[in-house]
Amino acid sequence: MNSKDKAYYTVKNNQSVDIKKIPVLHYSDFSTTIVKLLDNTDNHCVTYFAFYQNEGLKFIAAVANDSSHQIYIFSHFLLKSEKQELESLTTKVTALHIFEREIHENFSVYFSGHPWLKPVRFAHNRANKNLKINDYPFYKIESEELHEVGVGPVHAGIIEPGHFRFICNGEEVLHLEIQHGWQHRGVEQTMLDKSTLLQRTMVSESIAGDTTIGHSTAFANLMESLAGIKTNPQLEVERAVALELERIAVHTADISALCTDVAYSLGANIFGILRTAIINFTQSWCGNRIGKGLIRVGGTNHPFNNELRNKLLKVLAEYEEQFIRLAHLTFKLPSIENRFDEIGTVTQQQAMKIGAVGMVARMANVNRDIRNSHPTYGFQKYIYQPVVLPKGDVFSRFLLRRKEIRQSIAWLRDVLNAEDLIIDSGAPKTQLNLKPSAFCISLTEGWRGEICHAAVTDENGNLIHYKIKDPSMHNWKALELSLRNLEISDFPINNKSYDLSYCGFDL
Amino acid sequence: MLQEIKIIKHNGKQFIPDLRNATLAAPFRGRPVIGPEKVDETELVNCCPLMAISASPVKINLAKCNFCGECALRFPDKIKFTRDHRLATNKIENLIILEGEDRPIKVDQKSISKKIKSTFGRSLKLRQVSAGGDNSCEMELNACGNANFDMGRYGIEFVASPRHADGVLVTGPITENMAEALQITYDAIPSPKLFILCGVDAISGGIFANSAALNRSILNAVKADLFIPGNPPHPLTIINGLLDLIK
Repeated sequence: MNSKDKAYYTVKNNQSVDIKKIPVLHYSDFSTTIVKLLDNTDNHCVTYFAFYQNEGLKFIAAVANDSSHQIYIFSHFLLKSEKQELESLTTKVTALHIFEREIHENFSVYFSGHPWLKPVRFAHNRANKNLKINDYPFYKIESEELHEVGVGPVHAGIIEPGHFRFICNGEEVLHLEIQHGWQHRGVEQTMLDKSTLLQRTMVSESIAGDTTIGHSTAFANLMESLAGIKTNPQLEVERAVALELERIAVHTADISALCTDVAYSLGANIFGILRTAIINFTQSWCGNRIGKGLIRVGGTNHPFNNELRNKLLKVLAEYEEQFIRLAHLTFKLPSIENRFDEIGTVTQQQAMKIGAVGMVARMANVNRDIRNSHPTYGFQKYIYQPVVLPKGDVFSRFLLRRKEIRQSIAWLRDVLNAEDLIIDSGAPKTQLNLKPSAFCISLTEGWRGEICHAAVTDENGNLIHYKIKDPSMHNWKALELSLRNLEISDFPINNKSYDLSYCGFDL
Repeated sequence: MLQEIKIIKHNGKQFIPDLRNATLAAPFRGRPVIGPEKVDETELVNCCPLMAISASPVKINLAKCNFCGECALRFPDKIKFTRDHRLATNKIENLIILEGEDRPIKVDQKSISKKIKSTFGRSLKLRQVSAGGDNSCEMELNACGNANFDMGRYGIEFVASPRHADGVLVTGPITENMAEALQITYDAIPSPKLFILCGVDAISGGIFANSAALNRSILNAVKADLFIPGNPPHPLTIINGLLDLIK
């Protein structure tokens, strides 16, 4: 690295760059750069991935600054002829553990010094096909006093599969290990295999069905940037409106689910009813309660008009009145406080260490919100103030949802009252010409947190790599930490209070 | 206490009284109909991202369709999506929509054994297995039991153990990693038992149909008793489908 060369290239959210402009560093310089950047607590690593290119593996890392709207990107290269081993960075920055594990699983690169190169998801294209998900050896502690509790992959409800392995001393959980992979559908490979834009949009809608809007928005923004399409500002606002509706709906459902877990049936039922009103509005907008079909690249088939605006204002007014009244009761109930308060605490230090994002960061006093730190047009025009809570326990996660719902409604009302929705954003694009040899990173604050999509094109403008990161990639670690020294009976409320994604993680 | 009573009173009766005859408003996309108009059939076939449309005569296979509505947007005179949400059937060939036909999709009652009706008619307990489901079908299945749809009124419930269950309801395209767990769950259910595929991913693999990460071999050995199309299916589609099967 010459002294005049910068160690990284700076971009903004959804800004595509010529891949040649991304500095290719020696691994030692790469290590120094990423460690130095992540020393600053305002920075966090949004993605770090590898893909085959010519004679070896190219690694690209992106570090985002939470206050300056900047994303620093840099890379390194490992030739096939070199020894497939790198010094692990996890020992210096814990949050990188998941990225190194993923690269190890897919490409068999050994990270020396990594504390535990545990399989991530047993992907179908993993390097070592001899490793099978069903004979994964869970972490063990040898002792006559301890026992293990295994739960999953199939759980006792309508819920996605995953395995939780508890090591307990009586009722007390000493250690929880979570293993994933049962949901792996090959999303990233399918994204490359599908040839049409509409098919790819559908893949993005299926990454995590509960975050359809979040993931498809990230995809659409990314594709528009790579194709150099200038979208209608109103379209961007509409997407932001859909994103906030998704947040309100899922947060309400989660509050309802938490009420169910502590046997508060009034809350469980009425919050459930309130959520129905929101998703039914989404259906009246686009024909699907989950929002499938709403977000399309370059335009929309379901424009948001003044009639829908007025309807939404009415739905929100009715929702809010009832929500406030019921929340006022629910959040003061001694039986709820008793179950949620001071349970499953994740400290600010722990959240920072594991690189927590989204809700899990904000409930533990870490102000990380893409709507504020890397806003798209909708959130630039109408500023969103993130909600941050100090304590990091189940009650904080419960309360954060309540506060975020109120904040989103206030934000939506600002938007709906100010926007005159007369422009038709036009039909979606059916075909795109992507820029050749380009790289782009797209961040969206879904209801769980930071969604990161990144794509690379070859010299002919074909997509050669597509990398998806759901916020759950970082945040599952928080659930493991929450359970330490807790009674095992507190697991359900902790798990619900996070409501992390299995399919978003397994891809 | 007073506040709680006020809230209950304000909400009144939220459940849909007659789920069998409940209707949905546009733009809900239900059963499509294909008109007699002449269109460029190659273009029509190619516009479907899931290859659910075939030509001469034009047919739509709802086993593959995820109700995105793209065909109706491109060929509005040829294809229309009605608001008919009753899409579930026990015969996969019933999911093929033919040109010029506007017939409701039905469960073929003749092919259902008397034992199914007499055993499950008043109480059906299902085990749900998500095998690569994206959590949208799962959310709608949960919604079936909420205060609005209240499927429990018909004695249909999801249970926590296959030993308590009368059948398994599968969502998702059935991943390689979940194949064994699904088989074990199915085997653990006492006979007679039902095998239900819910959502386009489960029925045909959906957008992931050609993915190397799937293993759908269980479908060679086990015959599905009900197909519930949709992406995700609406709770009304799910509940009416189940009722048609057992009542």
